[in-house]
Amino acid sequence: MYDFAQVFSFHPRILSTPMSLTREQIASIAALARLELTAAEIPVYQETLSRIVDFIGALERAPTQSVAPMAHPLPGLSQRLRPDVVTEVDRHEGYQSNAPQVAAGLYLVPKVIE
Amino acid sequence: MSDLHTGTLTQLAASLRAKKFSSVELVTGLLARVERAQGALNAFISVTREQALAAAAAADRALATGSGGALTGVPIAHKDIFCTQGVRTTCGSRMLENFVSPYDATVVAKLKGAGAVMLGKTNMDEFAMGSSNETSYFGPVRNPWDPKLVPGGSSGGSAAAVAARLVPGATATDTGGSIRQPAALCGITGLKPTYGRVSRYGMIAFASSLDQAGVLTAGAADAALMLREMAGFDANDSTSVDTPVPDYVAALEQPLAGLKIGLLQEFFDKGLDPENERRVREALKVYEQLGAKLTVVSLPNLPLSVPVYYVVAPAECSSNLARFDGVRFGHRCENPHDLTDLYRRSRGEGFGAEVKRRIMTGTYVLSAGYYDAYYLKAQRVRQLISADFTRAFQDVDVLMGPTTPTPAFAIGAKTADPITMYLNDIYTIGANLAGLPAVSVPCGFVQDLPVGLQIVGPHFSEARVLAVAHALQRATDWHTRIPAGFA
Repeated sequence: MYDFAQVFSFHPRILSTPMSLTREQIASIAALARLELTAAEIPVYQETLSRIVDFIGALERAPTQSVAPMAHPLPGLSQRLRPDVVTEVDRHEGYQSNAPQVAAGLYLVPKVIE
Repeated sequence: MSDLHTGTLTQLAASLRAKKFSSVELVTGLLARVERAQGALNAFISVTREQALAAAAAADRALATGSGGALTGVPIAHKDIFCTQGVRTTCGSRMLENFVSPYDATVVAKLKGAGAVMLGKTNMDEFAMGSSNETSYFGPVRNPWDPKLVPGGSSGGSAAAVAARLVPGATATDTGGSIRQPAALCGITGLKPTYGRVSRYGMIAFASSLDQAGVLTAGAADAALMLREMAGFDANDSTSVDTPVPDYVAALEQPLAGLKIGLLQEFFDKGLDPENERRVREALKVYEQLGAKLTVVSLPNLPLSVPVYYVVAPAECSSNLARFDGVRFGHRCENPHDLTDLYRRSRGEGFGAEVKRRIMTGTYVLSAGYYDAYYLKAQRVRQLISADFTRAFQDVDVLMGPTTPTPAFAIGAKTADPITMYLNDIYTIGANLAGLPAVSVPCGFVQDLPVGLQIVGPHFSEARVLAVAHALQRATDWHTRIPAGFA
């Protein structure tokens, strides 16, 4: 049905086609992902993400009518429940030793409400 | 005592129990090798010399009283993706450059419980995202067979360390081939177990429907021993499967006569280097001589595994890596002027280029308007690929093919184009999508560089897969070859 050559064939073709993502889309994706990009990074990501988007476009051709989406690989796996009892001990001091800024057991961030 | 490094994990464990030498002697010797090789290979991010010597002394006391476990006194290394209490755990990232884990991963605790001695934490692609170990914040790892070449990735540090005989075994993780691909390129054995077989508690998450912990060792017998000590149910991991752990070591010697091997037709394609293919076919011939039956099997949807992976894995990564916010742990930018600025600059500075690329790919495929077209579509094709495997295992016991299309490539050769790099995992990703156990074993050399044969089995068939790998290693000696500079 498919072969790897078909999937590979996406690669040279896209070099000559217009980019699938605009600079504005890259900026908007970065904002959604809470990633600051430098001015120099934006065109690099515009090019490489466009190629990735074209590459994953190969999926479009696969016939998946009436195929259920597969979220994880083990059929029949279900979420376990445990008895509703306290099993954790308080280790916040150990965990907070890695925090950039703490005071009185609280994580500090810039002022959120004026 | 100068040749202790050539002993396999299994041999070293037995020799320690027989008191042929002490764990302190062995650990001291291997630490010297680790430190001597660091400049050439960059295989380690942290070397834990003092803790290792203290643990070795404790192991010797246990061995003296006969109270040790299966791995007492045996030196190993952990991929720096596993949390180690009181020891820096970086995941190859600037984001976690100064992160000291407050607890042990279950895998680390289990191996410690079995008596293993950790020599250090191995280098890796940042957050396990890479196929060449070039995305590490701590610099690339070099291939012990040729330092101009990559060792593969993402578990490149663990693979290089085992190949150079700095340690007889190391932990690793595999999301799309990160154990098997470096095993092939470094000439050692790498096992990715079934999804859910080994606990992921304390293993820094990349793509949670694909990630699995496994081992890198010289031979399959060593992998069986290490896996037996690592595997098992863990209430702290919601995807851990509660099914008994067989004695993989005891199961190694099962006869191969009548074994039905399926050759993955799609893997013997135009992209496969002809010399690499020849080595794989020679290994298949060995199996025939051992009494196995070969048939060609087609998994028609398998060629779509790379595009499926590059939707599913980035989607899950964008979600998992949201936890790195500059607030609770990890890198924080200087003088943030508000909370959004804190998030954006901490993440922009803390993550490297490839990690940012994957987070953005994932953000894009999950965003409104694209979710159905990419994410749901990929999950449906994943179902088709998984069904292809299920169908194949109705007729054959194991599937075989190459692990990689080519031997190791040059550092820098594939960094410019992410798609070229992604296609390196073309033969390994299928097993992750379907959650299957798979092993790569050395099957020969192409121009003095090792290549691997991949063996894939049905869910929870690790005992069978390892026995099949072991049978090849009883008939050949590829897995015993040591790179010239490290003999």
